[in-house]
Amino acid sequence: MSMKVATRQVDGVTILDLSGRITLGEGSVTLRDAVHDVLAKGSKHILLNLENISYIDSSGIGELVSAFTSVKNAGGELKLLNLTKKVHDLLQITKLYTVFDIWDNEASAVSAFK
Amino acid sequence: MVEKAAEEFAARAGFDEDTVPNIAMAVREAAVNAVLHGNAYNSAKRITVTFEANSDALIVRIADQGPGLDPSNLPDPLAPENILRGSGRGIFLIRAFMDEVHFRQLHPGTELTLIKHRAPAQPPA
Repeated sequence: MSMKVATRQVDGVTILDLSGRITLGEGSVTLRDAVHDVLAKGSKHILLNLENISYIDSSGIGELVSAFTSVKNAGGELKLLNLTKKVHDLLQITKLYTVFDIWDNEASAVSAFK
Repeated sequence: MVEKAAEEFAARAGFDEDTVPNIAMAVREAAVNAVLHGNAYNSAKRITVTFEANSDALIVRIADQGPGLDPSNLPDPLAPENILRGSGRGIFLIRAFMDEVHFRQLHPGTELTLIKHRAPAQPPA
């Protein structure tokens, strides 16, 4: 199953609800394109909801990091919401857990954007 | 496909439900590396994956037909200068999920041997 992205706006924050797999090829490219589209439209506060991500590989982790740096370089902020245990564990192993700003409550995450 | 095969083989070999997905992920990462970095997407080149289980461990060998890989040249993805790189975590994850990872040069090609030991049996209470 490839990855799907649904976009919504909450209080000036663009929330991308991701579902499926973020893996080499389609999932990673879909995520990259989605984040670039949001930035191109001028929104710089992006929250990635990973609740329905069933699988992520090293390429997908790399794409999350690239999305984080793309948004930061554009003067924005990217945060992560609702990690599954698997994604949480992978971010711990790769020491990225402290790099990302990670939330498990959507309202709190939205409020945390400056 | 190789991920599914690894999952089924590891489950049949008796590994628990927490360990099976990690083994499958390690095998998938190794196979992706073999196709992408080893064979450089050359469809004329093959990768070979063999599974073996014995009383001590599960052993998976993944071989490509590429130019060869020097594991000592791999950057450390946890180093501060690499932590924000968009790639370079595949071998690191394989090592994190398996007990042993060995590289062998095939001239041409590289063979990775991934080993997951069975947990020692618990003594009866």
